Amino acid sequence: MSVRAEPAVAKASPFYDPRVRGFVYQALLIGTLGWLLYEAAANAAANMRARNIPTNFDFWNKTSGFDINFTLVPYSAQSTFGDAFWVGLWNTLLVAAVSVVFATLLGFAVGIARLSTNWLVAKAAAIYVESLRNIPLLLQLLFWYNAILKPLPNVRESLVIPGLFGAPFAYLNNRGLILPEPKFGPGFAWTAAAFALGVALTAAFAVWAARAQRLTGAQKPVGLVGLAFVVGLPLIAFFAAGQPLTLDYPVLRGFNFAGGARVLPELVALALGLVLYTATFIAEIVRSGIQSVAVGQSEAARALGLGTKPMLRLVIIPQAMRVITPPLTNQFLNIVKNSTLAVFVGYPDLVSVFAGSVLNITGAAVQIILATMAVYLVISLLTAAVMNAWNNRAMIRER
Amino acid sequence: MDSGASRLETAYLRETPAPTLPPPALSSGALGWTRKNLFSGPISSVFTLLTIAFAAWTLPGLVRYFILDAVWRADDGAACRAPGAGACWAYIGQKFPFFMYGSYPREWVWRVDVTFVVGAALIVWLLAPKLRGKQVAAFLFFVAFPVLGFVLLSGWEAVGLPKVGTDLWGGVLVSLVVSAVGIVVSLPGGVLLAMGRRSRLPMVRMASVVFIEVVRGVPLITVLFMANFMLPLFVPDNWSPDRLVRPLIGVSLFASAYMAEVVRGGLQAMPKGQFEGAMALGLGYGRMMRLVVLPQALTKVIPGIVNTFIGLFKDTTLVAIVGIYDFLRTVDTARLDPLWAGPSISTTGYVFAAMFYFIFCFGMSRYSQYMERELSKDRQR
Amino acid sequence: MKHLLFAALGAAALACSALGAGAATLDQVKQRGQLACGSNSGLTGFGLPDDKGQWTGLDVDFCRAVAAAVLNDPAKVKFIPLSAKDRFTALQSGEVDVLARNGTWTSSRESDLGLLFAAVNYYDGQGFMVRKKLNVNSALELNGASICVQQGTTTELNLADYFRSNNMKYEGVVFADVNEVIKAYDTSRCDAFTTDVSQLYGERVKLVNPDEHVVLPEVISKEPLAPAVRQGDDQWFDIVKWTHFAMINAEEFGITKANVDEKLKSDDPGVRRLLGVEGDFGKGLGLTKDWAYRIVKAVGNYGEAFERNVGQGSKLKIARGLNNLWNKGGIQYAPPVR
Repeated sequence: MSVRAEPAVAKASPFYDPRVRGFVYQALLIGTLGWLLYEAAANAAANMRARNIPTNFDFWNKTSGFDINFTLVPYSAQSTFGDAFWVGLWNTLLVAAVSVVFATLLGFAVGIARLSTNWLVAKAAAIYVESLRNIPLLLQLLFWYNAILKPLPNVRESLVIPGLFGAPFAYLNNRGLILPEPKFGPGFAWTAAAFALGVALTAAFAVWAARAQRLTGAQKPVGLVGLAFVVGLPLIAFFAAGQPLTLDYPVLRGFNFAGGARVLPELVALALGLVLYTATFIAEIVRSGIQSVAVGQSEAARALGLGTKPMLRLVIIPQAMRVITPPLTNQFLNIVKNSTLAVFVGYPDLVSVFAGSVLNITGAAVQIILATMAVYLVISLLTAAVMNAWNNRAMIRER
Repeated sequence: MDSGASRLETAYLRETPAPTLPPPALSSGALGWTRKNLFSGPISSVFTLLTIAFAAWTLPGLVRYFILDAVWRADDGAACRAPGAGACWAYIGQKFPFFMYGSYPREWVWRVDVTFVVGAALIVWLLAPKLRGKQVAAFLFFVAFPVLGFVLLSGWEAVGLPKVGTDLWGGVLVSLVVSAVGIVVSLPGGVLLAMGRRSRLPMVRMASVVFIEVVRGVPLITVLFMANFMLPLFVPDNWSPDRLVRPLIGVSLFASAYMAEVVRGGLQAMPKGQFEGAMALGLGYGRMMRLVVLPQALTKVIPGIVNTFIGLFKDTTLVAIVGIYDFLRTVDTARLDPLWAGPSISTTGYVFAAMFYFIFCFGMSRYSQYMERELSKDRQR
Repeated sequence: MKHLLFAALGAAALACSALGAGAATLDQVKQRGQLACGSNSGLTGFGLPDDKGQWTGLDVDFCRAVAAAVLNDPAKVKFIPLSAKDRFTALQSGEVDVLARNGTWTSSRESDLGLLFAAVNYYDGQGFMVRKKLNVNSALELNGASICVQQGTTTELNLADYFRSNNMKYEGVVFADVNEVIKAYDTSRCDAFTTDVSQLYGERVKLVNPDEHVVLPEVISKEPLAPAVRQGDDQWFDIVKWTHFAMINAEEFGITKANVDEKLKSDDPGVRRLLGVEGDFGKGLGLTKDWAYRIVKAVGNYGEAFERNVGQGSKLKIARGLNNLWNKGGIQYAPPVR
């Protein structure tokens, strides 16, 4: 009754109220999503029960029973499935780290080469970039793995890489590159400590030098002093402690080398493929980053009397880096994600070991695939967070 | 003879301009160009020589292997296995139908060809800036073409096209189907997600952000694993999605998340005035987006869309991990044919596959660069 | 409601086969007019499609035999290539009616996965293949060798056990796809390649130079390869099981694809019962009484299928060995049809 008493024109139908509509839309969306999720979960639970598929992580502490040929952490067939997970994760991180470093170096070099005034160099860089970025990474990996293995000799005909005194130092064959393995003596901790001290001293010196330059304009040789600290201090400590490092040389025994450390051809093929592919994208990012710095900037730097090197270091690169960093972060993440192609070339990364062998043996598909996805998601989010923080520091401070 | 005499008389006076001398040899012509562009300094010279040395080291061998010593005609692998033989192009020729269509019944491959041609024509219509009627083209490509493609490829008994199971599909056919479905689903999906991410409704925004970031944060292989192994568990017991449909769903979800970020870039670049103008005209959200904002925003990001598509096209190779015979896997398994087995087969196959992907991707990236220039014309004066 | 939603989803999908895991498989197969057979995605001698999608192999012939018995047409089979990873789920979910994919019969696969293995159609064991020029005569000489192996199969586990129990070291190079395994072995990445012996012979023909490779005598495990069906459908289980037995019995009686029509006139009561001339032993299986006749007519007896696909009539040239009939030195033995 009271409703009818209100003037009809004052209030439109609640159907046209944006707030009501928004609420209804959201309720609909949440309802649909929730219902879908519920249905999926209920179906999955029913199906998994019906098919005797394990639904928990009980397998984690069970003995795995299979071997992995390349591990950074101790592992054997008597280890657990959980250990296998960590082996895979470390292997993924290793290949990603190696690839990130080399792809960045190569990408910057090629990006700068594309801007070279040398016609041939610029064209060669362009051909490299345009050809490799337009061919699927998987095809490149398969090709490299094939191309690396074919010319390498077998174990008994290994190529010998001589060391300092002519004695064999390392061997190259189709099992990979076999290097002497460093064995650290008890006094080695001092060398490590000296290295850490060197890094800390360099950082302190750099801060002081930057302040000095702001105040007086005088530039200090940060690079040289840093080199002395970072390399010199550990060397002193190393010799003072009586060289606590021995090399365990590989010895050919039967089919294979005993002792020594080995770089797998699978690791090389995977890293090579990732580096060559990703570097093309980084090169393009670097090129457009440098080109984005206005010509006036370099002219102004010249007018101030800066030489080529200080101009690049103080004017061009800091501004280009602002443009380069965000897409570069994406490329780093792409390397991590693309390292999952390891499964095609036999490198035991997380997907190959955990979402491959472990999944096949335990049959726990849902848990394992979700856990694998979660790992990559966490790596992605962490990397993005770190790079964003760094980018924020480098951003232009505007008034 | 007469003119010769008259020239003699006025020998002191020049009647015609003296011929222009060429500039010094070292700063013009081929030599000058070489000096300026190849040997402008010691470092530059070293790099030039290194590049030339590298080319001289690799090119002759490549030409010999792939052209001069290559086997162009053979009925089996014997000629390719002969010592000194190069690439085995005869093998590609022999396997070509298999690489194109997989095991699709040979008497029905015209259906595949028709689908390819219609799809290509529609894509040209959509992408060529000069052709009119983009809305019709878009409707045909995103609605009519998928239906037509489905009927033609999969078959429909009622119109006299027998069913062809997806287990017989393979090669280029599968690669194109995966990427076509990827683009047809991901573009509308990406637009919806991008709009969701910019919505003022917190729940809609949150759902979009979570979906986009999660999918972009994980590798495609894991998404394909999920689609292949988990999807059958998520649906009721008696539905078992076709083996090709599962990776299609995975690829579509994956591409949508990437497309959403591209579209979002376009939406963010739209000046606020466009939104305000549309609202002032009394357009609701739907019509504002459809008539004013999206046409402009999407045009702006055509290069980004094409680049995403190039990435998608390259990524279709990963469906091999769930047992789908895409082009690359077809090439990779065909080399195990005992009839042809030989040392040059893998290399030949890989190079052939590389050329195929390169031509597609390079063509598309050229188009994207061309559009980028076209679109920035309004900013050039 | 649930079905409505997924029906809508399914419409977008290319094709969805509606299959009930619990209903009678025989009726479904008859209704569909086609047998869904889970097969290997490419194993010479067992299940291999050619460029035109035509399948050949021992497991393939087994499925054709089932189709001949049930549908009276050995061509009415849809082969669904399955990876090692998803073969069992495909059977459990009803995507395939029978899984004839050189799968090893183990206790846990029956007890935990809800499968039933019908009958061993190939007695196999895991072995090693090496290059002849390595001069290795026994697997026990492989200490320190690097060995190519496919991921997540019983093979990978047997390998680890074998080397551990013999106090030997090895390097396993693991790939998801068996094609990648062969490629790596062929490029000399590994000294040895291990898998079931039958498969070693099957893959050997794909190598660049098959004659340079030799299969070592050691067999380090028992691998009875058997077609599998879902638990809970005894009738279907019987059909699959007796399809194999019919082929064995036919060989024992000397009935071949060529002479099966003649044998209809045979006086041997065993032959007459098997071919349905005397009595009706198909009825109990839900089939017609000439079910075994149709099997032999379509694919021949077990010996014929063996020789054609993996034996002397094929590139593999595997000896019958354990797979010979029980009265010829092997262990293939079938209960009588009566």
